[in-house]
Amino acid sequence: MAYSFPEEVLEYVFAFLSSDKDRNAVSLVCKSWYEIERWCRRRIFIGNCYAVSPQIVIRRFPEVRAVKIKGKPHFADFNLVPEGWGAYLYPWISAMARSYPWLEEIKLKRMVVTDESLELISKSFKNFKVLVLSSCEGFTTDGLASIAANCRNLRELDLRESEVEDLSGHWLSHFPDNFTSLVSLNMSCLGSEVSFSALERLVSRCPNLKTLRLNRAVPVEKLPSLLRRAPQLVEFGTGAYSAEIQTDIFSNLVEAFSGCKHLKSLSGFWDVVPAYLPAMYNVCSRITSLNLSYATVQSPDLVELISQCPNLKCLWVLDYIEDAGLKALSSYCKDLQELRVFPSDPYGAEPNVSLTEQGLVTVSAGCPKLQSVLYFCRQMSNAALIAIARNRPNFIRFRLCIIEPQAPDYLTLEPLDTGFGAIVENCKELRRLSLSGLLTDRVFEYIGTHAKKLEMLSIAFAGDSDLGLHHVLSGCESLRKLEIRDCPFGHKALLANAAKLETMRSLWMSSCSVSYGACKLLGQKMPRLNVEVIDERGSPNSRPETCPVEKLYVYRTVAGPRVDKPDFVWTMDEDAALRLS
Amino acid sequence: MAHENELNLKATELRLGLPGTDESEDMVSIAKNNKRASPESVEDSGSKANSAAKSGDHETSSASKAQIVGWPPVRSYRKNNLQSKKAESESGMYVKVSMDGAPYLRKVDLKVYNGYPELLMALENMFKLSIGEYSEREGYEGSEYAPAYEDKDGDLMLVGDVPWDMFMSSCKRLRIMRGSEAKGLGCAV
Repeated sequence: MAYSFPEEVLEYVFAFLSSDKDRNAVSLVCKSWYEIERWCRRRIFIGNCYAVSPQIVIRRFPEVRAVKIKGKPHFADFNLVPEGWGAYLYPWISAMARSYPWLEEIKLKRMVVTDESLELISKSFKNFKVLVLSSCEGFTTDGLASIAANCRNLRELDLRESEVEDLSGHWLSHFPDNFTSLVSLNMSCLGSEVSFSALERLVSRCPNLKTLRLNRAVPVEKLPSLLRRAPQLVEFGTGAYSAEIQTDIFSNLVEAFSGCKHLKSLSGFWDVVPAYLPAMYNVCSRITSLNLSYATVQSPDLVELISQCPNLKCLWVLDYIEDAGLKALSSYCKDLQELRVFPSDPYGAEPNVSLTEQGLVTVSAGCPKLQSVLYFCRQMSNAALIAIARNRPNFIRFRLCIIEPQAPDYLTLEPLDTGFGAIVENCKELRRLSLSGLLTDRVFEYIGTHAKKLEMLSIAFAGDSDLGLHHVLSGCESLRKLEIRDCPFGHKALLANAAKLETMRSLWMSSCSVSYGACKLLGQKMPRLNVEVIDERGSPNSRPETCPVEKLYVYRTVAGPRVDKPDFVWTMDEDAALRLS
Repeated sequence: MAHENELNLKATELRLGLPGTDESEDMVSIAKNNKRASPESVEDSGSKANSAAKSGDHETSSASKAQIVGWPPVRSYRKNNLQSKKAESESGMYVKVSMDGAPYLRKVDLKVYNGYPELLMALENMFKLSIGEYSEREGYEGSEYAPAYEDKDGDLMLVGDVPWDMFMSSCKRLRIMRGSEAKGLGCAV
């Protein structure tokens, strides 16, 4: 059957397959389809940079044009992964520079990127177009200067949420005068001021610029000049949105915003002076995405703005919005799909704002399309969670952070098991869940029973025993990523469900009760897993085998134990794994 | 055994709480030991934290919360953004006050005052002088002294023209001028 079509025809057909899942399925049909597919795969997604090596990727897929690689585990965002753990980009770039001269796109998340890597990128790929560095670190603005200077066809430079050593704003001036291809620039994470005239000229000469996210250093009075030069902008991020109230600044802003008929997304808004918010009102009717998570503005001003945005689909905001503001949101924004409410005072002992579980209940009742939520609050009840679950069975992502660890239902003082149980039972399409509050093994029983589509689960300060973990590992069929901190889970569930770990991308456990001996056993039993013990107290061999390890990171891999480990990481049964691979 | 290790971990644990905040240490150990906190102990630890917050002075009340590494799960750049705001709001807004002819300057905390009348009264008390009534047209016409301030741009402005909040955010220092010199400042801005 396979040889009834010429290769070129099959290749043409396969080109229509964009999802990795489909391409993987196609490559399993027969040897010739495997061959044809691997030569025409252009986009690669590597969810864990240590699951595979650059050499293996390049050997199988010789004609790749776009790579997306993820490095450190998610809990690295909260300083739980020690500095120097790994996720270095350089080996990937060095290998790809030799084998993928036509590489166009590199998208990275939580990787350590050096200036050396950036320079190598800028010099190795003649047709390089897209660089997205999400939550990356290890580079300086000098690296950015290389990219600006050498990537003649660059379309996207997006530094979202990366930690950049900001030596100066001079890097932006390295874009050559004849460089006109920019479509997207996100420099919001940078501290230094860039040369404003260089920025103005860059914006003026790039007619396809659709996304411009400025950094805090750009003052509000400079915005009109940029907006006037880029009326085609779709996504715009301001700098610090404050200045002394001067009528001409305000009217210039109004005029400049009015000229932008295609604006859909707004962000930035550091240091907001509320009086300047109305300058945006006449674009608000088209706005679908609003990131106000840096705007330390009170609820009434927030409501004023939100009430102008009936087409809002995505809102990120601080808890200054309060329950009253969320009520207004639920009445004005019926198209809302995603809501994130961040805490303005995460370490304060007392609540500083009137934001409670009620706000979330109201929004879940009033916004029929709401499917993704991240909500920080100080109190929760089972009744509220049950109401939320019933109101909104279409949740895909539900991340709740009750700020006090192990906080019970504040009305009944019971654990929040039944509340979260209602969430997983009603929301049958739930893919991501983060738990908080007082929780027993019971909640994990509910999760294991009902959360069949759950792919990522985050647990903190919860559970009573290994039974809890066992429910999750044995019941959650779609589970890919499990991250656990400060839970009384030992080794029993882990060892009993060892095979499950090969079906997942990764498991993270820190401040739990998994003994060193158990880690060794797991490593021996499962040669295709890297069982990494991360312990800054020195070698686990210097302590009894029953001693729990500080942190454990387990992930499936075809690359064997990694060779770039720092001195506080040990891969269990490394020798045996090396012998088998 | 586990307890022994916990103690070790605590010694090396990265904490942002102030030394001597024992209540918060108890809370962390409750979090680790009590698998299911009974209602009484939850109430106890809750009220302990509250009393720590109330009995401590202003500076320690926000730090008395147990500061566990990576909890709540807020990313550093968000925390930094908020912390700088907090520092501003807690540290007071002291500006220098000079008076023409006085041998040395004084300092006042603008945050302490709710508006112009309070500030002017405080200045009158501090320097033993009278400032008189403000009018938009005449400034402090007829007074022996007139209050002026230097704003962010370095310009010398008459106190009272702009809303109080705007004044607070733009005032860099105060200068009490003699009424005779202050003529002409009445039509500033």
